[in-house]
Amino acid sequence: MGILSKKDAGLIKDPLFDNNPITIQVLGICSALAITAELKASIVMAVSVMFVLGLGNVVISLMRNIIPSKIRIIVQLIVVATLVIIVDLVLKAFAYELSKTLSVFVGLIITNCIIMGRFEAFALGNGPWRSFLDGIGNALGYGVILVIVGFFRELLGSGTLLGFKVLGDPIEKTGLYAIGYENNGFMLLSPMALIVVGIIIWIQRTKNTTLIEEA
Amino acid sequence: MSKKTDSNSYTMIFAVVMVLIVGSLLAFLASSLKPNIKENERIEKQQNILYAMGVNENDESSATFVDTSVAGEEFSKFITEQLVLEVEGNKITKQQTRTEYMEDNNKQEPYLIDVKKQQANAKAGKVRKLPLFVGEKDGKTFYVAPIRGKGLWDAIWGYVAMNENMIIQGAYFDHKGETPGLGANIKQRYFMDDFIGEHLMTDSGEFKGITVAKGNNDPKNDDKTDYEVDAIAGATITGDGVSAMIKKDLSLYVPYFKNLKK
Repeated sequence: MGILSKKDAGLIKDPLFDNNPITIQVLGICSALAITAELKASIVMAVSVMFVLGLGNVVISLMRNIIPSKIRIIVQLIVVATLVIIVDLVLKAFAYELSKTLSVFVGLIITNCIIMGRFEAFALGNGPWRSFLDGIGNALGYGVILVIVGFFRELLGSGTLLGFKVLGDPIEKTGLYAIGYENNGFMLLSPMALIVVGIIIWIQRTKNTTLIEEA
Repeated sequence: MSKKTDSNSYTMIFAVVMVLIVGSLLAFLASSLKPNIKENERIEKQQNILYAMGVNENDESSATFVDTSVAGEEFSKFITEQLVLEVEGNKITKQQTRTEYMEDNNKQEPYLIDVKKQQANAKAGKVRKLPLFVGEKDGKTFYVAPIRGKGLWDAIWGYVAMNENMIIQGAYFDHKGETPGLGANIKQRYFMDDFIGEHLMTDSGEFKGITVAKGNNDPKNDDKTDYEVDAIAGATITGDGVSAMIKKDLSLYVPYFKNLKK
């Protein structure tokens, strides 16, 4: 990356792989379970979190020297909640269609522990630009996992991807369904998201054994 | 090590100032954007009602409303009357036309009647006003009724268009916070379209409603008089909510449809 120094580039790259917020830090699991039943919802959530985390990290970073340490968690919570509500209100007034799609996610964004986690762990101790990069990087790392989980859950659970019937029609018995294939309804339920995340963690730690914690 | 930001007085002042700033910012935004939001919601109601009676921009699989810019125009073109009913037991006690209702209610259009408020009125023992929108399209008459109920997480609601025999001609469902990919799919075409052609009443005039049923052995939805549509996998409670709101709210309109036949 030409524009970014090596250290800054690491802020984006690390959370994608070796310091992934979901598979390594085990944050943001609840939203990874809740909204990955279809690919589209995963993508919407990933983009929303990227926006809120990037912006929130900058705001917290700018305020880092004046925030009283005793109430810093409350301050962080207020910042993220305010940001999300502002975005929600503006969308409702000027992009109503989009706001309808996002409405479900508003609550989930506020309670996403990755956001609070990055505020606390990074933005409070770093400048705005680096905090912004860290926010984007972590949101990307979160998004990658969400998209992978969403991809498998939608494909195996509903036989569709982004709503398109890629495996054929289960009712008309065309495509794969003609030879007896069935959708696995269990994939649509939250436990399977956890199992898919578990498989990703397994694959990741097999490839890079330094990630395995000492028992 | 003691920093200036650690002192109690600083913490207190910071908290107060922060709350004031954030509070006034949000209050200002909310009240200044309110007209826009209200207007968007008003247009959406028109679009929903039109959608249910088949005035929409649907292609093969998407559910698309008429454009916001023409919603008002199309609404006055297709909706010929907006009735407001009051029902007690199985008798209509009061029936107002749009003009009559608007005279009594500060020129408020009947389609803006808040179903949630009316349901609360009914619970409190007061009269519930039931709006019913009569539409004409291609020589056919549609009767569109709003319904509202509870899903898994929050409210769900919809508009159901029927003909004079209470056979469903179209339905639109929406929700506030159902799970994406599961309960949220009640607003998908494949679910809403299943309701088209379903009978709500038996031939002898008994109101049956429609149950969102698991394993109804009719996934293609060929049987239109089984009072059932196929459920969505993983969305049992939302589906039950849909069945419940159809049974509860549409049954209130039965006296009107019985009068039509006389």
